[in-house]
Amino acid sequence: MKYIFARNRHLVQRIGFTSITLVAFATVIPIVATVIYILIKGGPAISLEFLSGFPHDGMRAGGILPAIIGTLYLTLGTAIFSVPLGIAAAIYLSEYAADTPLTRTIRIAIINLAGIPSVVYGLFGLGLFVLFLKFGTSILAASLTLSIMTLPVIISTAEESLRSVPQAFRTVSISLGATRWQTIRRIVLKEALPGILTGVILGLERAAGETAPILFTGAAFFLPRLPGSPFDATMALPYHLFVISTQVPEMPIKIQYGTALVLLFFVLTMNLIATVIRSRARAKRQW
Amino acid sequence: MEKSLTWREFIITRLIQTSGYSAIVFVALIFFFLIREGIPTLGEVDMSSLFNLRWYPIEDYFGILPLLTGSLIVTVGAGLIAVPFGIGTAVYISEIAPRWMREILKPLVELLGGLPSVVLGFLGILVLSPFIRVFLDLPTGLTALTGSILLGGIAVPTVVSVAEDALDAVPRAYREGAWALGATRWQTIWRVTLPAAKSGVLTAVMLGVGRAIGETMTVMMVTGNAPVLALKLGSLFSPVRTMTATIAAEMGEVANGSTHYHVLFFIGMVLFLISLGVNIAASSVVFRAKKRAERILS
Repeated sequence: MKYIFARNRHLVQRIGFTSITLVAFATVIPIVATVIYILIKGGPAISLEFLSGFPHDGMRAGGILPAIIGTLYLTLGTAIFSVPLGIAAAIYLSEYAADTPLTRTIRIAIINLAGIPSVVYGLFGLGLFVLFLKFGTSILAASLTLSIMTLPVIISTAEESLRSVPQAFRTVSISLGATRWQTIRRIVLKEALPGILTGVILGLERAAGETAPILFTGAAFFLPRLPGSPFDATMALPYHLFVISTQVPEMPIKIQYGTALVLLFFVLTMNLIATVIRSRARAKRQW
Repeated sequence: MEKSLTWREFIITRLIQTSGYSAIVFVALIFFFLIREGIPTLGEVDMSSLFNLRWYPIEDYFGILPLLTGSLIVTVGAGLIAVPFGIGTAVYISEIAPRWMREILKPLVELLGGLPSVVLGFLGILVLSPFIRVFLDLPTGLTALTGSILLGGIAVPTVVSVAEDALDAVPRAYREGAWALGATRWQTIWRVTLPAAKSGVLTAVMLGVGRAIGETMTVMMVTGNAPVLALKLGSLFSPVRTMTATIAAEMGEVANGSTHYHVLFFIGMVLFLISLGVNIAASSVVFRAKKRAERILS
Protein backbone atom coordinates (compact mmCIF):
# COMPACT_ATOMS: atom_id res chain seq x y z
CA MET A 1 0.00 0.00 0.00
CA LYS A 2 2.79 2.36 0.86
CA TYR A 3 4.30 1.61 -2.52
CA ILE A 4 1.07 2.25 -4.40
CA PHE A 5 0.69 5.72 -2.94
CA ALA A 6 4.32 6.77 -3.24
CA ARG A 7 4.32 10.49 -3.95
CA ASN A 8 6.45 10.32 -7.06
CA ARG A 9 4.57 7.43 -8.66
CA HIS A 10 3.30 9.47 -11.59
CA LEU A 11 6.79 10.71 -12.31
CA VAL A 12 8.05 7.11 -12.13
CA GLN A 13 5.33 6.08 -14.55
CA ARG A 14 6.25 8.80 -16.98
CA ILE A 15 9.93 7.86 -16.91
CA GLY A 16 9.07 4.17 -17.17
CA PHE A 17 6.71 4.59 -20.13
CA THR A 18 9.22 6.78 -21.92
CA SER A 19 12.03 4.27 -21.51
CA ILE A 20 9.91 1.29 -22.57
CA THR A 21 8.77 3.25 -25.61
CA LEU A 22 12.38 4.03 -26.43
CA VAL A 23 13.32 0.36 -26.08
CA ALA A 24 10.52 -0.64 -28.44
CA PHE A 25 11.59 1.93 -31.00
CA ALA A 26 15.24 0.95 -30.62
CA THR A 27 14.11 -2.55 -31.55
CA VAL A 28 11.96 -1.63 -34.50
CA ILE A 29 13.92 1.19 -36.13
CA PRO A 30 16.95 -1.00 -37.04
CA ILE A 31 14.56 -3.42 -38.79
CA VAL A 32 13.13 -0.66 -40.95
CA ALA A 33 16.59 0.82 -41.48
CA THR A 34 17.96 -2.56 -42.61
CA VAL A 35 15.27 -2.96 -45.24
CA ILE A 36 15.59 0.61 -46.50
CA TYR A 37 19.38 0.42 -46.55
CA ILE A 38 19.36 -2.71 -48.72
CA LEU A 39 16.74 -1.15 -50.99
CA ILE A 40 18.92 1.92 -51.52
CA LYS A 41 22.22 0.10 -51.92
CA GLY A 42 20.86 -2.78 -53.99
CA GLY A 43 18.44 -0.82 -56.18
CA PRO A 44 21.04 0.38 -58.71
CA ALA A 45 22.22 -3.20 -59.33
CA ILE A 46 18.81 -4.38 -60.47
CA SER A 47 18.52 -4.58 -64.24
CA LEU A 48 17.04 -6.99 -66.72
CA GLU A 49 20.48 -8.43 -67.37
CA PHE A 50 21.06 -8.94 -63.62
CA LEU A 51 17.77 -10.78 -63.20
CA SER A 52 17.92 -12.85 -66.38
CA GLY A 53 21.63 -13.47 -66.96
CA PHE A 54 24.11 -16.07 -65.78
CA PRO A 55 27.04 -15.06 -63.59
CA HIS A 56 30.40 -14.84 -65.35
CA ASP A 57 34.00 -13.78 -64.59
CA GLY A 58 33.99 -15.93 -61.46
CA MET A 59 30.59 -14.42 -60.47
CA ARG A 60 32.03 -10.92 -60.44
CA ALA A 61 29.82 -9.91 -63.35
CA GLY A 62 26.59 -10.92 -65.02
CA GLY A 63 23.31 -11.92 -63.43
CA ILE A 64 21.86 -14.25 -60.83
CA LEU A 65 19.18 -16.06 -62.81
CA PRO A 66 20.25 -19.59 -61.79
CA ALA A 67 20.08 -18.62 -58.12
CA ILE A 68 16.60 -17.12 -58.52
CA ILE A 69 15.31 -20.17 -60.41
CA GLY A 70 16.99 -22.46 -57.88
CA THR A 71 15.25 -20.79 -54.95
CA LEU A 72 11.93 -21.04 -56.80
CA TYR A 73 12.49 -24.77 -57.37
CA LEU A 74 13.48 -25.35 -53.74
CA THR A 75 10.48 -23.42 -52.42
CA LEU A 76 8.16 -25.32 -54.73
CA GLY A 77 9.76 -28.65 -53.83
CA THR A 78 9.38 -27.85 -50.14
CA ALA A 79 5.73 -26.96 -50.67
CA ILE A 80 5.00 -30.26 -52.46
CA PHE A 81 6.10 -32.30 -49.44
CA SER A 82 5.38 -30.12 -46.45
CA VAL A 83 1.98 -28.62 -47.32
CA PRO A 84 -0.11 -31.82 -47.65
CA LEU A 85 1.70 -33.51 -44.77
CA GLY A 86 1.52 -30.45 -42.54
CA ILE A 87 -2.17 -29.81 -43.15
CA ALA A 88 -3.03 -33.49 -42.67
CA ALA A 89 -1.13 -33.53 -39.38
CA ALA A 90 -2.94 -30.37 -38.29
CA ILE A 91 -6.31 -31.95 -39.16
CA TYR A 92 -5.39 -34.97 -37.10
CA LEU A 93 -4.44 -32.88 -34.08
CA SER A 94 -7.44 -30.59 -34.28
CA GLU A 95 -10.22 -32.95 -35.44
CA TYR A 96 -9.29 -36.49 -34.46
CA ALA A 97 -6.75 -36.64 -31.65
CA ALA A 98 -7.97 -37.08 -28.10
CA ASP A 99 -5.87 -35.76 -25.23
CA THR A 100 -3.82 -38.91 -24.73
CA PRO A 101 -0.15 -39.34 -23.82
CA LEU A 102 0.48 -40.10 -27.50
CA THR A 103 -1.02 -36.78 -28.60
CA ARG A 104 1.07 -35.00 -26.01
CA THR A 105 4.15 -36.74 -27.38
CA ILE A 106 3.23 -35.52 -30.87
CA ARG A 107 2.99 -31.97 -29.56
CA ILE A 108 6.34 -32.19 -27.83
CA ALA A 109 7.84 -33.61 -31.03
CA ILE A 110 6.48 -30.65 -33.01
CA ILE A 111 7.89 -28.16 -30.51
CA ASN A 112 11.24 -29.91 -30.74
CA LEU A 113 11.22 -29.98 -34.53
CA ALA A 114 10.70 -26.22 -34.43
CA GLY A 115 13.70 -25.77 -32.15
CA ILE A 116 16.28 -27.97 -33.89
CA PRO A 117 19.10 -25.80 -35.29
CA SER A 118 18.95 -25.41 -39.05
CA VAL A 119 22.45 -26.76 -39.52
CA VAL A 120 21.44 -29.96 -37.71
CA TYR A 121 18.68 -30.36 -40.32
CA GLY A 122 21.48 -30.06 -42.86
CA LEU A 123 23.40 -32.89 -41.20
CA PHE A 124 20.27 -35.02 -41.04
CA GLY A 125 19.51 -34.37 -44.71
CA LEU A 126 23.05 -35.33 -45.59
CA GLY A 127 22.86 -38.52 -43.56
CA LEU A 128 19.40 -39.67 -44.67
CA PHE A 129 18.60 -38.24 -48.11
CA VAL A 130 22.00 -37.62 -49.67
CA LEU A 131 23.95 -40.64 -48.43
CA PHE A 132 21.57 -43.30 -47.10
CA LEU A 133 18.83 -42.95 -49.74
CA LYS A 134 21.48 -41.99 -52.34
CA PHE A 135 19.64 -38.96 -53.72
CA GLY A 136 23.01 -37.16 -53.93
CA THR A 137 23.31 -33.41 -53.41
CA SER A 138 20.13 -32.58 -55.25
CA ILE A 139 17.04 -30.41 -55.32
CA LEU A 140 15.11 -33.44 -54.07
CA ALA A 141 17.33 -33.96 -51.00
CA ALA A 142 17.38 -30.24 -50.19
CA SER A 143 13.60 -29.87 -50.61
CA LEU A 144 12.92 -32.85 -48.37
CA THR A 145 15.27 -31.45 -45.72
CA LEU A 146 13.61 -28.02 -45.90
CA SER A 147 10.16 -29.66 -45.77
CA ILE A 148 10.80 -31.31 -42.43
CA MET A 149 12.15 -28.01 -41.10
CA THR A 150 9.03 -26.18 -42.33
CA LEU A 151 6.60 -28.77 -41.02
CA PRO A 152 6.23 -27.49 -37.42
CA VAL A 153 5.40 -23.96 -38.62
CA ILE A 154 2.70 -25.25 -40.97
CA ILE A 155 1.25 -27.74 -38.47
CA SER A 156 0.99 -25.30 -35.58
CA THR A 157 -0.52 -22.40 -37.56
CA ALA A 158 -2.91 -24.69 -39.46
CA GLU A 159 -4.03 -26.38 -36.26
CA GLU A 160 -4.67 -23.05 -34.64
CA SER A 161 -6.88 -21.87 -37.47
CA LEU A 162 -8.74 -25.20 -37.66
CA ARG A 163 -9.44 -24.97 -33.94
CA SER A 164 -10.78 -21.45 -34.28
CA VAL A 165 -13.66 -22.72 -36.45
CA PRO A 166 -16.65 -22.83 -34.06
CA GLN A 167 -17.75 -26.28 -32.89
CA ALA A 168 -21.33 -25.54 -33.94
CA PHE A 169 -20.33 -25.64 -37.62
CA ARG A 170 -19.26 -29.25 -37.21
CA THR A 171 -22.30 -30.23 -35.17
CA VAL A 172 -24.69 -28.81 -37.77
CA SER A 173 -22.91 -30.49 -40.65
CA ILE A 174 -22.87 -33.89 -38.93
CA SER A 175 -26.50 -33.58 -37.95
CA LEU A 176 -27.38 -32.99 -41.61
CA GLY A 177 -25.95 -36.42 -42.36
CA ALA A 178 -22.47 -35.52 -43.54
CA THR A 179 -19.67 -37.86 -42.57
CA ARG A 180 -16.77 -36.68 -40.50
CA TRP A 181 -14.45 -36.33 -43.47
CA GLN A 182 -17.11 -34.52 -45.53
CA THR A 183 -17.55 -32.11 -42.65
CA ILE A 184 -13.84 -31.49 -42.42
CA ARG A 185 -13.34 -31.07 -46.14
CA ARG A 186 -16.39 -28.97 -47.00
CA ILE A 187 -16.90 -26.98 -43.83
CA VAL A 188 -13.92 -26.85 -41.48
CA LEU A 189 -11.14 -26.66 -44.08
CA LYS A 190 -13.04 -24.09 -46.10
CA GLU A 191 -13.50 -21.81 -43.10
CA ALA A 192 -9.93 -22.25 -41.89
CA LEU A 193 -8.36 -21.79 -45.32
CA PRO A 194 -7.05 -18.21 -44.97
CA GLY A 195 -5.36 -19.05 -41.67
CA ILE A 196 -3.84 -22.21 -43.10
CA LEU A 197 -2.62 -20.33 -46.16
CA THR A 198 -0.96 -17.71 -43.94
CA GLY A 199 0.89 -20.43 -42.05
CA VAL A 200 1.94 -22.18 -45.25
CA ILE A 201 3.35 -18.99 -46.73
CA LEU A 202 5.19 -18.06 -43.53
CA GLY A 203 6.68 -21.55 -43.39
CA LEU A 204 7.78 -21.46 -47.02
CA GLU A 205 9.18 -17.98 -46.51
CA ARG A 206 11.48 -19.40 -43.89
CA ALA A 207 12.49 -22.25 -46.19
CA ALA A 208 13.23 -19.85 -49.05
CA GLY A 209 15.60 -17.82 -46.92
CA GLU A 210 17.47 -20.69 -45.26
CA THR A 211 21.04 -21.53 -46.13
CA ALA A 212 22.35 -23.99 -43.54
CA PRO A 213 19.99 -26.91 -44.37
CA ILE A 214 20.90 -26.82 -48.07
CA LEU A 215 24.65 -26.33 -47.61
CA PHE A 216 25.42 -30.04 -47.86
CA THR A 217 22.16 -31.34 -49.31
CA GLY A 218 21.63 -29.49 -52.56
CA ALA A 219 23.37 -26.16 -52.96
CA ALA A 220 25.94 -25.66 -55.69
CA PHE A 221 28.64 -22.99 -55.70
CA PHE A 222 28.26 -22.30 -59.40
CA LEU A 223 26.47 -24.03 -62.26
CA PRO A 224 26.85 -23.10 -65.91
CA ARG A 225 23.27 -24.15 -66.68
CA LEU A 226 19.91 -24.47 -64.99
CA PRO A 227 19.17 -27.74 -63.16
CA GLY A 228 17.36 -30.18 -65.43
CA SER A 229 15.93 -32.69 -62.95
CA PRO A 230 15.18 -33.03 -59.25
CA PHE A 231 18.40 -35.02 -58.93
CA ASP A 232 20.58 -32.08 -59.95
CA ALA A 233 22.19 -29.73 -57.49
CA THR A 234 21.12 -26.11 -57.76
CA MET A 235 22.25 -22.61 -57.00
CA ALA A 236 20.05 -20.73 -54.52
CA LEU A 237 19.76 -17.08 -53.55
CA PRO A 238 20.71 -17.33 -49.85
CA TYR A 239 23.63 -19.62 -50.53
CA HIS A 240 24.74 -17.43 -53.43
CA LEU A 241 24.71 -14.37 -51.17
CA PHE A 242 26.80 -16.28 -48.64
CA VAL A 243 29.27 -17.34 -51.33
CA ILE A 244 29.74 -13.94 -52.93
CA SER A 245 30.01 -12.13 -49.60
CA THR A 246 32.58 -14.46 -48.02
CA GLN A 247 34.22 -16.76 -50.55
CA VAL A 248 34.89 -14.67 -53.63
CA PRO A 249 37.70 -12.13 -53.34
CA GLU A 250 37.27 -8.71 -54.97
CA MET A 251 33.58 -9.21 -55.40
CA PRO A 252 31.89 -6.00 -56.62
CA ILE A 253 29.85 -4.62 -53.73
CA LYS A 254 27.00 -3.65 -56.04
CA ILE A 255 26.26 -7.24 -57.05
CA GLN A 256 26.30 -8.30 -53.40
CA TYR A 257 23.72 -5.71 -52.43
CA GLY A 258 21.72 -6.51 -55.56
CA THR A 259 21.58 -10.19 -54.60
CA ALA A 260 20.61 -9.31 -51.02
CA LEU A 261 17.83 -7.10 -52.39
CA VAL A 262 16.42 -9.82 -54.64
CA LEU A 263 16.43 -12.30 -51.74
CA LEU A 264 14.81 -9.75 -49.47
CA PHE A 265 12.20 -8.96 -52.12
CA PHE A 266 11.39 -12.66 -52.42
CA VAL A 267 10.94 -13.09 -48.69
CA LEU A 268 9.14 -9.80 -48.03
CA THR A 269 6.65 -10.41 -50.84
CA MET A 270 5.70 -13.71 -49.26
CA ASN A 271 5.48 -12.01 -45.87
CA LEU A 272 3.24 -9.28 -47.31
CA ILE A 273 0.94 -11.78 -49.03
CA ALA A 274 0.56 -13.68 -45.76
CA THR A 275 -0.20 -10.49 -43.83
CA VAL A 276 -2.79 -9.37 -46.39
CA ILE A 277 -4.55 -12.75 -46.45
CA ARG A 278 -4.72 -12.78 -42.68
CA SER A 279 -6.04 -9.28 -42.23
CA ARG A 280 -8.63 -9.67 -45.03
CA ALA A 281 -9.85 -12.93 -43.54
CA ARG A 282 -10.14 -11.29 -40.14
CA ALA A 283 -12.14 -8.43 -41.57
CA LYS A 284 -14.50 -10.77 -43.43
CA ARG A 285 -15.02 -13.25 -40.63
CA GLN A 286 -18.56 -13.41 -39.33
CA TRP A 287 -18.05 -15.60 -36.28
CA MET B 1 -22.01 -46.63 -53.06
CA GLU B 2 -22.53 -46.62 -49.35
CA LYS B 3 -19.72 -49.08 -48.93
CA SER B 4 -17.19 -47.28 -51.14
CA LEU B 5 -17.86 -44.09 -49.22
CA THR B 6 -16.99 -45.68 -45.89
CA TRP B 7 -13.91 -47.24 -47.44
CA ARG B 8 -12.69 -43.91 -48.71
CA GLU B 9 -13.42 -42.37 -45.38
CA PHE B 10 -11.45 -45.14 -43.66
CA ILE B 11 -8.40 -44.69 -45.89
CA ILE B 12 -8.40 -40.91 -45.55
CA THR B 13 -8.71 -41.16 -41.79
CA ARG B 14 -5.75 -43.54 -41.66
CA LEU B 15 -3.70 -41.23 -43.89
CA ILE B 16 -4.46 -38.26 -41.67
CA GLN B 17 -3.60 -40.26 -38.57
CA THR B 18 -0.27 -41.34 -40.07
CA SER B 19 0.55 -37.73 -40.93
CA GLY B 20 -0.27 -36.82 -37.37
CA TYR B 21 2.32 -39.25 -36.08
CA SER B 22 4.92 -38.05 -38.60
CA ALA B 23 6.38 -35.42 -36.28
CA ILE B 24 7.42 -38.11 -33.80
CA VAL B 25 8.88 -40.19 -36.62
CA PHE B 26 10.94 -37.26 -37.89
CA VAL B 27 12.37 -36.35 -34.49
CA ALA B 28 13.30 -40.00 -34.01
CA LEU B 29 14.82 -40.23 -37.49
CA ILE B 30 16.87 -37.08 -36.96
CA PHE B 31 18.20 -38.37 -33.66
CA PHE B 32 18.88 -41.80 -35.15
CA PHE B 33 20.93 -40.43 -38.04
CA LEU B 34 22.89 -38.09 -35.79
CA ILE B 35 23.73 -41.02 -33.52
CA ARG B 36 24.51 -43.33 -36.44
CA GLU B 37 27.04 -40.92 -37.88
CA GLY B 38 28.17 -39.29 -34.63
CA ILE B 39 28.69 -42.15 -32.18
CA PRO B 40 31.69 -43.68 -34.03
CA THR B 41 33.51 -40.58 -32.75
CA LEU B 42 33.74 -42.16 -29.31
CA GLY B 43 35.67 -45.09 -30.74
CA GLU B 44 37.96 -42.99 -32.90
CA VAL B 45 38.79 -40.08 -30.63
CA ASP B 46 39.48 -40.64 -26.96
CA MET B 47 37.71 -38.61 -24.33
CA SER B 48 40.72 -36.60 -23.20
CA SER B 49 41.30 -35.46 -26.77
CA LEU B 50 37.63 -34.62 -27.29
CA PHE B 51 37.64 -32.32 -24.28
CA ASN B 52 40.95 -30.85 -25.24
CA LEU B 53 41.45 -27.14 -25.74
CA ARG B 54 42.56 -27.45 -29.32
CA TRP B 55 40.35 -27.71 -32.41
CA TYR B 56 42.66 -28.34 -35.31
CA PRO B 57 41.15 -31.21 -37.35
CA ILE B 58 43.88 -31.31 -40.01
CA GLU B 59 46.31 -32.56 -37.36
CA ASP B 60 43.68 -34.67 -35.61
CA TYR B 61 43.07 -32.28 -32.71
CA PHE B 62 39.35 -32.55 -32.05
CA GLY B 63 38.94 -30.58 -28.82
CA ILE B 64 35.35 -29.32 -28.79
CA LEU B 65 35.72 -27.13 -25.69
CA PRO B 66 36.64 -23.97 -27.66
CA LEU B 67 33.53 -24.49 -29.80
CA LEU B 68 31.31 -25.03 -26.75
CA THR B 69 32.60 -21.90 -25.07
CA GLY B 70 32.35 -20.00 -28.37
CA SER B 71 28.68 -20.92 -28.67
CA LEU B 72 28.16 -20.11 -25.01
CA ILE B 73 29.67 -16.63 -25.07
CA VAL B 74 27.87 -15.60 -28.25
CA THR B 75 24.58 -16.95 -26.91
CA VAL B 76 24.93 -15.25 -23.52
CA GLY B 77 25.70 -11.99 -25.30
CA ALA B 78 22.68 -12.46 -27.55
CA GLY B 79 20.51 -13.19 -24.53
CA LEU B 80 21.68 -10.03 -22.76
CA ILE B 81 20.49 -8.06 -25.78
CA ALA B 82 17.38 -10.00 -26.74
CA VAL B 83 15.85 -10.26 -23.25
CA PRO B 84 15.58 -6.55 -22.35
CA PHE B 85 14.74 -5.45 -25.88
CA GLY B 86 12.38 -8.34 -26.51
CA ILE B 87 10.47 -8.08 -23.23
CA GLY B 88 10.50 -4.27 -23.38
CA THR B 89 8.98 -4.36 -26.84
CA ALA B 90 6.43 -6.97 -25.80
CA VAL B 91 5.38 -4.85 -22.79
CA TYR B 92 5.15 -1.77 -25.00
CA ILE B 93 3.06 -3.53 -27.66
CA SER B 94 0.76 -5.28 -25.24
CA GLU B 95 0.37 -2.74 -22.43
CA ILE B 96 1.35 0.76 -23.49
CA ALA B 97 1.06 1.31 -27.23
CA PRO B 98 -2.15 2.72 -28.69
CA ARG B 99 -4.03 0.35 -30.97
CA TRP B 100 -2.83 1.83 -34.27
CA MET B 101 0.77 1.69 -33.12
CA ARG B 102 0.33 -1.97 -32.21
CA GLU B 103 -0.96 -2.71 -35.70
CA ILE B 104 2.22 -1.20 -37.15
CA LEU B 105 4.75 -2.65 -34.72
CA LYS B 106 3.59 -6.27 -34.71
CA PRO B 107 4.08 -6.88 -38.44
CA LEU B 108 7.44 -5.09 -38.28
CA VAL B 109 8.72 -7.40 -35.55
CA GLU B 110 7.40 -10.36 -37.55
CA LEU B 111 9.30 -8.97 -40.51
CA LEU B 112 12.53 -9.20 -38.53
CA GLY B 113 11.71 -12.84 -37.85
CA GLY B 114 11.42 -13.40 -41.58
CA LEU B 115 14.70 -11.75 -42.57
CA PRO B 116 17.02 -14.49 -43.83
CA SER B 117 19.96 -14.95 -41.46
CA VAL B 118 22.34 -14.74 -44.39
CA VAL B 119 21.15 -11.19 -45.12
CA LEU B 120 21.86 -10.19 -41.52
CA GLY B 121 25.28 -11.82 -41.73
CA PHE B 122 25.96 -9.97 -44.96
CA LEU B 123 25.10 -6.62 -43.38
CA GLY B 124 27.13 -7.68 -40.35
CA ILE B 125 30.21 -8.04 -42.52
CA LEU B 126 29.72 -4.84 -44.46
CA VAL B 127 28.20 -2.47 -41.90
CA LEU B 128 28.31 -3.66 -38.28
CA SER B 129 31.79 -5.16 -38.08
CA PRO B 130 33.64 -2.14 -39.60
CA PHE B 131 31.69 0.03 -37.17
CA ILE B 132 32.67 -2.12 -34.18
CA ARG B 133 36.31 -2.24 -35.27
CA VAL B 134 36.54 1.55 -35.49
CA PHE B 135 34.29 2.34 -32.55
CA LEU B 136 36.01 -0.02 -30.08
CA ASP B 137 39.42 0.30 -31.72
CA LEU B 138 39.90 -3.45 -32.24
CA PRO B 139 42.18 -5.23 -34.71
CA THR B 140 39.16 -6.87 -36.31
CA GLY B 141 35.43 -6.24 -36.25
CA LEU B 142 34.62 -9.93 -36.66
CA THR B 143 34.16 -10.68 -32.96
CA ALA B 144 31.88 -12.55 -30.59
CA LEU B 145 30.24 -9.21 -29.80
CA THR B 146 29.31 -8.65 -33.46
CA GLY B 147 27.75 -12.10 -33.50
CA SER B 148 25.93 -11.45 -30.23
CA ILE B 149 24.36 -8.23 -31.47
CA LEU B 150 23.04 -9.83 -34.66
CA LEU B 151 21.93 -12.99 -32.86
CA GLY B 152 20.16 -10.81 -30.32
CA GLY B 153 18.28 -9.31 -33.26
CA ILE B 154 17.41 -12.78 -34.53
CA ALA B 155 16.13 -13.88 -31.11
CA VAL B 156 14.06 -10.73 -30.51
CA PRO B 157 11.02 -11.66 -32.66
CA THR B 158 10.69 -15.01 -30.87
CA VAL B 159 10.91 -13.36 -27.45
CA VAL B 160 8.47 -10.60 -28.42
CA SER B 161 5.78 -12.83 -29.88
CA VAL B 162 5.79 -15.43 -27.10
CA ALA B 163 6.04 -12.83 -24.31
CA GLU B 164 3.32 -10.73 -25.88
CA ASP B 165 1.01 -13.74 -26.06
CA ALA B 166 1.67 -14.38 -22.39
CA LEU B 167 0.94 -10.76 -21.42
CA ASP B 168 -2.17 -10.81 -23.58
CA ALA B 169 -3.44 -13.89 -21.79
CA VAL B 170 -3.45 -12.15 -18.40
CA PRO B 171 -7.14 -11.56 -17.61
CA ARG B 172 -8.21 -7.95 -17.81
CA ALA B 173 -9.74 -8.23 -14.35
CA TYR B 174 -6.24 -8.48 -12.83
CA ARG B 175 -5.33 -5.09 -14.26
CA GLU B 176 -8.67 -3.55 -13.35
CA GLY B 177 -8.27 -4.81 -9.81
CA ALA B 178 -4.90 -3.12 -9.51
CA TRP B 179 -6.18 0.13 -10.99
CA ALA B 180 -9.15 0.11 -8.64
CA LEU B 181 -6.73 -0.10 -5.72
CA GLY B 182 -5.13 3.06 -6.99
CA ALA B 183 -2.06 1.64 -8.69
CA THR B 184 -0.76 3.51 -11.69
CA ARG B 185 -0.57 1.69 -15.03
CA TRP B 186 3.20 1.41 -14.58
CA GLN B 187 2.84 -0.17 -11.14
CA THR B 188 0.22 -2.52 -12.55
CA ILE B 189 2.56 -3.66 -15.29
CA TRP B 190 5.43 -4.40 -12.91
CA ARG B 191 3.53 -5.68 -9.89
CA VAL B 192 0.59 -7.46 -11.47
CA THR B 193 0.71 -8.14 -15.19
CA LEU B 194 4.33 -9.20 -15.59
CA PRO B 195 4.32 -11.45 -12.51
CA ALA B 196 1.08 -13.05 -13.71
CA ALA B 197 2.64 -13.71 -17.11
CA LYS B 198 5.92 -14.86 -15.54
CA SER B 199 5.98 -18.40 -16.89
CA GLY B 200 5.09 -17.33 -20.41
CA VAL B 201 7.79 -14.68 -20.34
CA LEU B 202 10.27 -17.28 -19.10
CA THR B 203 9.29 -19.54 -21.99
CA ALA B 204 9.83 -16.63 -24.35
CA VAL B 205 13.33 -16.13 -23.03
CA MET B 206 14.17 -19.82 -23.28
CA LEU B 207 12.87 -20.14 -26.82
CA GLY B 208 14.75 -16.99 -27.84
CA VAL B 209 17.98 -18.31 -26.37
CA GLY B 210 17.34 -21.67 -28.05
CA ARG B 211 17.00 -19.85 -31.34
CA ALA B 212 20.31 -18.08 -30.74
CA ILE B 213 22.27 -21.25 -29.92
CA GLY B 214 21.13 -22.86 -33.15
CA GLU B 215 21.75 -19.91 -35.47
CA THR B 216 24.35 -20.78 -38.06
CA MET B 217 24.89 -18.52 -41.04
CA THR B 218 25.05 -15.19 -39.23
CA VAL B 219 27.57 -16.37 -36.65
CA MET B 220 29.65 -18.11 -39.25
CA MET B 221 29.87 -14.90 -41.27
CA VAL B 222 30.60 -12.40 -38.50
CA THR B 223 32.38 -14.04 -35.58
CA GLY B 224 35.76 -14.53 -37.26
CA ASN B 225 35.78 -18.31 -36.75
CA ALA B 226 38.85 -18.61 -34.54
CA PRO B 227 38.57 -21.74 -32.37
CA VAL B 228 40.04 -20.31 -29.16
CA LEU B 229 38.82 -20.92 -25.64
CA ALA B 230 36.46 -18.08 -24.73
CA LEU B 231 36.06 -17.86 -20.98
CA LYS B 232 36.92 -14.29 -20.06
CA LEU B 233 34.82 -11.22 -20.64
CA GLY B 234 37.51 -9.98 -23.01
CA SER B 235 36.76 -12.88 -25.34
CA LEU B 236 33.67 -10.94 -26.31
CA PHE B 237 35.94 -8.60 -28.26
CA SER B 238 37.93 -11.24 -30.10
CA PRO B 239 37.02 -13.78 -32.77
CA VAL B 240 35.39 -17.03 -31.65
CA ARG B 241 33.96 -20.03 -33.40
CA THR B 242 30.65 -21.65 -32.52
CA MET B 243 29.53 -25.26 -32.85
CA THR B 244 27.03 -24.46 -35.58
CA ALA B 245 29.55 -22.47 -37.62
CA THR B 246 32.10 -25.28 -37.34
CA ILE B 247 29.69 -27.80 -38.81
CA ALA B 248 28.59 -25.46 -41.58
CA ALA B 249 32.11 -24.41 -42.50
CA GLU B 250 33.80 -27.78 -42.40
CA MET B 251 31.24 -30.38 -43.43
CA GLY B 252 31.56 -29.44 -47.08
CA GLU B 253 35.25 -30.33 -47.10
CA VAL B 254 35.51 -33.57 -45.15
CA ALA B 255 35.52 -37.07 -46.58
CA ASN B 256 32.37 -39.04 -45.75
CA GLY B 257 33.09 -41.55 -43.01
CA SER B 258 36.33 -39.92 -41.82
CA THR B 259 36.96 -39.16 -38.16
CA HIS B 260 36.47 -35.45 -38.81
CA TYR B 261 33.08 -36.25 -40.42
CA HIS B 262 32.02 -38.28 -37.39
CA VAL B 263 33.12 -35.56 -34.98
CA LEU B 264 31.05 -32.98 -36.87
CA PHE B 265 28.01 -35.23 -36.52
CA PHE B 266 28.87 -35.66 -32.85
CA ILE B 267 28.74 -31.86 -32.46
CA GLY B 268 25.39 -31.95 -34.26
CA MET B 269 24.23 -34.49 -31.70
CA VAL B 270 25.28 -32.19 -28.86
CA LEU B 271 23.36 -29.32 -30.49
CA PHE B 272 20.31 -31.54 -30.93
CA LEU B 273 20.37 -32.53 -27.26
CA ILE B 274 20.77 -28.91 -26.16
CA SER B 275 17.77 -27.82 -28.23
CA LEU B 276 15.78 -30.83 -27.01
CA GLY B 277 16.55 -29.85 -23.40
CA VAL B 278 15.68 -26.19 -23.91
CA ASN B 279 12.41 -26.97 -25.67
CA ILE B 280 11.23 -29.61 -23.24
CA ALA B 281 12.06 -27.28 -20.35
CA ALA B 282 10.24 -24.41 -22.07
CA SER B 283 7.13 -26.46 -22.80
CA SER B 284 6.99 -27.96 -19.34
CA VAL B 285 6.99 -24.45 -17.87
CA VAL B 286 3.98 -23.60 -20.03
CA PHE B 287 2.30 -26.86 -19.15
CA ARG B 288 2.72 -26.30 -15.40
CA ALA B 289 1.49 -22.74 -15.65
CA LYS B 290 -1.57 -23.86 -17.61
CA LYS B 291 -2.40 -26.43 -14.96
CA ARG B 292 -2.11 -23.83 -12.24
CA ALA B 293 -4.32 -21.43 -14.14
CA GLU B 294 -6.93 -24.15 -14.58
CA ARG B 295 -6.83 -24.86 -10.86
CA ILE B 296 -7.34 -21.21 -10.01
CA LEU B 297 -10.18 -20.77 -12.46
CA SER B 298 -12.08 -23.93 -11.56
